Amino acid sequence: MSESVSVRVNGKPVTVRAGATVAVAVLASGATCRTSVTGQPRSPLCGMGTCFECRVAINGEPQRRSCQVLCEANMEIEANG
Amino acid sequence: MDSVKHLRFDVAVVGAGPAGIAAALAAADSGKTVGLIDDNPAAGGQIWRGAQNVQRHSVSAVWLERLNKSAIQLVRGARVFHAADGELAAESDDSAIQISYGKLILATGARELYLPFPGWTLPNVMGAGGLQALVKSGLDIAGKRIVVAGTGPLLLAVAAYARKCGAKVVGICEQTTRPRMARFGMKMMLVPGKAAEALHFAYELRGIPHWTDCWPVAAFGNRRLESVRISRQGQTSEIECDYLACGFHLIPNVELPRMCGCQLKNGFVDVNEYQQTSVAGTYCAGEPTGIGGLELALVEGEIAGYAATNWEDRAKHLFPKRARYQTVVRILKAAFPLRPELKNLARPDTLVCRCEDVSHERLCEYTSWRAAKLHTRCGMGPCQGRVCAPAAEFLFGWQIDSVRPPLYPVRCSSLAAIPSHSVPRN
Amino acid sequence: MNKPSEVVIVGAGIVGAACAFELAAEGLRVLVIDEGFPSTGATGAAMGHIVVMDDSEAQFAITRYSQILWDDLCDQLPAAVEFDPCGTLWVAADEEEMAEVRRKFDYYRERGVNAEILDSQQVRDAEPRLRAPLTGALRVPGDSVVYPPCATGFLLQKARELGARIIHGRPVAAIGAGTVRLADGTVLAAAFIINAAGQSAPQLSRGISIKPRKGHLVITDRYPNFLRHQVVELGYLKSAHSLTADSVAFNVQPRKTGQILIGSSRQYGAQNSTVDESILARMLQRAFEYMPDLNSLSAIRVWTGFRPATPDKLPLIGPSPEDPSVLVAAGHEGLGITTSLATAKLICAQILGQRPAIPVQPYLPSRQMTAEAHV
Repeated sequence: MSESVSVRVNGKPVTVRAGATVAVAVLASGATCRTSVTGQPRSPLCGMGTCFECRVAINGEPQRRSCQVLCEANMEIEANG
Repeated sequence: MDSVKHLRFDVAVVGAGPAGIAAALAAADSGKTVGLIDDNPAAGGQIWRGAQNVQRHSVSAVWLERLNKSAIQLVRGARVFHAADGELAAESDDSAIQISYGKLILATGARELYLPFPGWTLPNVMGAGGLQALVKSGLDIAGKRIVVAGTGPLLLAVAAYARKCGAKVVGICEQTTRPRMARFGMKMMLVPGKAAEALHFAYELRGIPHWTDCWPVAAFGNRRLESVRISRQGQTSEIECDYLACGFHLIPNVELPRMCGCQLKNGFVDVNEYQQTSVAGTYCAGEPTGIGGLELALVEGEIAGYAATNWEDRAKHLFPKRARYQTVVRILKAAFPLRPELKNLARPDTLVCRCEDVSHERLCEYTSWRAAKLHTRCGMGPCQGRVCAPAAEFLFGWQIDSVRPPLYPVRCSSLAAIPSHSVPRN
Repeated sequence: MNKPSEVVIVGAGIVGAACAFELAAEGLRVLVIDEGFPSTGATGAAMGHIVVMDDSEAQFAITRYSQILWDDLCDQLPAAVEFDPCGTLWVAADEEEMAEVRRKFDYYRERGVNAEILDSQQVRDAEPRLRAPLTGALRVPGDSVVYPPCATGFLLQKARELGARIIHGRPVAAIGAGTVRLADGTVLAAAFIINAAGQSAPQLSRGISIKPRKGHLVITDRYPNFLRHQVVELGYLKSAHSLTADSVAFNVQPRKTGQILIGSSRQYGAQNSTVDESILARMLQRAFEYMPDLNSLSAIRVWTGFRPATPDKLPLIGPSPEDPSVLVAAGHEGLGITTSLATAKLICAQILGQRPAIPVQPYLPSRQMTAEAHV
């Protein structure tokens, strides 16, 4: 399992192991996932697609659950936490 | 506009965790076409998440290997969001999917119960299973300080796993009482295979403090978790940590069974000895019928799979095995009841609904879930109340609304592609 | 002035709440009673538009009057009411509908309602997500939207501050002859009883006709700036007019939250509140025809509701034909949020024997008796 994938989180390059989810890349970058409706930073709670706290924009598509999406090379991830 | 895929199976199984995999394999023995539908990127459910990367002879590897070699069609990354008239509507990243079936097996699993306390919305405060899922998905926790808290045997599994991944587990905070925990340990020793598992955990967790009568009262940090204050046998203390992995045992995912019309009993799907629900031809296996763990899920799945393919003999053959593991349901229930003090953790300004940021004090004005929802937006966000509704049920004793499509947020185009029937159903 | 001792209002939807506020403000002792929780009927299912409409002179009069009342109130509305003066864009897909834009423009202008005609390019500038080309549109900037449950909660709170009492979870079994009898046997006396029970109103006041007209709505996740105006197709006038056939029309609203509310459907005779997949699909397809980008937005919830509809599409406001101690304030169909405040003014004027700001005759329930006699 030496394979790795490189993506960009808020423009910053991040390398994670192959098969890692976008949520993992966001956390590895030091960012948080989203800003709540009253302005609080949020990151994953459930890790399994239920809580929707891990929403980010992936390749321009907003409101994606990052814990359910695997990283692909050169993905552009925008985390607004 | 997205494309619409049409799939048809003799037996459709929803949920590719242990119960669903076992059900699909049993059903496939009959030679009938079997579809296994799951919203995750890979089969395995929560417990076997990332199991593709583990050693070859583990239980999970054996079952996943059997699945890979079978003729079962695995439909991954597909969220089932509607069920009506013998059809399911699902959505994947690139299409809407209509699934028709002869028999349906629901193996929708469980999720963690989360209870609100001050600071629980801080980044790096996660579910216990939540942290484990993220680690299995690639999160590196080597060298991180982790407090595991809440209730139930999952805490031990998570602590052991975290340690194995190089984390420093500072302590395990179990809200149940010491006598209940002790009884739990003794009773589980009598369940086949569980004694070995207990010894294994005891070894893996050696040296890690395991506190009973202990729960988190607040989490602190600037933009992310820095420390947690715990109550331990009446004393509070503060522990610095990088992650708080906190879950209050499991609640069944009964939304899809309810949408299918299955009757519930005490919050779980009511099934007969063949795992058949109140809806003829619809079966249910695993946690939605009672929180009982891996072995029970597997045997219930097999029974459902055989029963759904008219192989009653084979199903019957498994009844004694199921009975042995059904004791786990009772043991768990007796061991981990939530203590009333947990209802007082939320302060007036503590958020209960994380999607819409609705505080505890705003909910106090209402007398029902529906009224609170309409007037405060609680449960109106994308999680559709999956996090806050069970919490509100515990905190306020509210009954939760009926289910409506979509079960999960889906693209409008997928909603528009729900199978509709020529005869209007008024 | 010799004020009645007490008014009992049956129904805590937005109409009942508006009546409570108005009457309490006049110094009357008011009791509101509801079988469930406030706004769990049509109000809780409504889109929440405050729009001027011109199906008839009477409809125009009450919607326009009520809109002015909402505008007077808007500075007091708390944030939770989500008042948004987004205006309405009535879009025309062809020349026939464009003729309707011009007619509507003239009609509004003659009556002092601000409106402007947009050509194809201006429509695109106003709402870039609309498909191109559309023939044109009428922009009515004075229209707005609110979140109905919280608007109702606000009106009830104001009424409470003025001394009104609100009781919920108590079904009413019968009203009349100055008494309200609850299902649990309690009998309350009142000088005036207001039947604001929405689609249940005919069960309490015989001789009035209100039929439920089922609707579906879809709400999306938050997409700020996706939409600026409430947008309605003018084809709506063709489809919504039908009193028999099921119909759908393109009608979307931007919510203060950034969410998009997508409607609308109309079904007569449907009693069941379950989501009807075929009409939902038709409604969404219609929306995609006008605004293709909607199809990739994430839909969070779908719900249904029943509009309390009268045969002539005007509300029933005034004495019950069978019992003048009962005032009916019901049957507002899809315009209850808009017309609630004017309804309250008209009811109040009738109770106090004052001259109302607009003629009340078109809304009197007795008209239904007359219409029946003519059949």
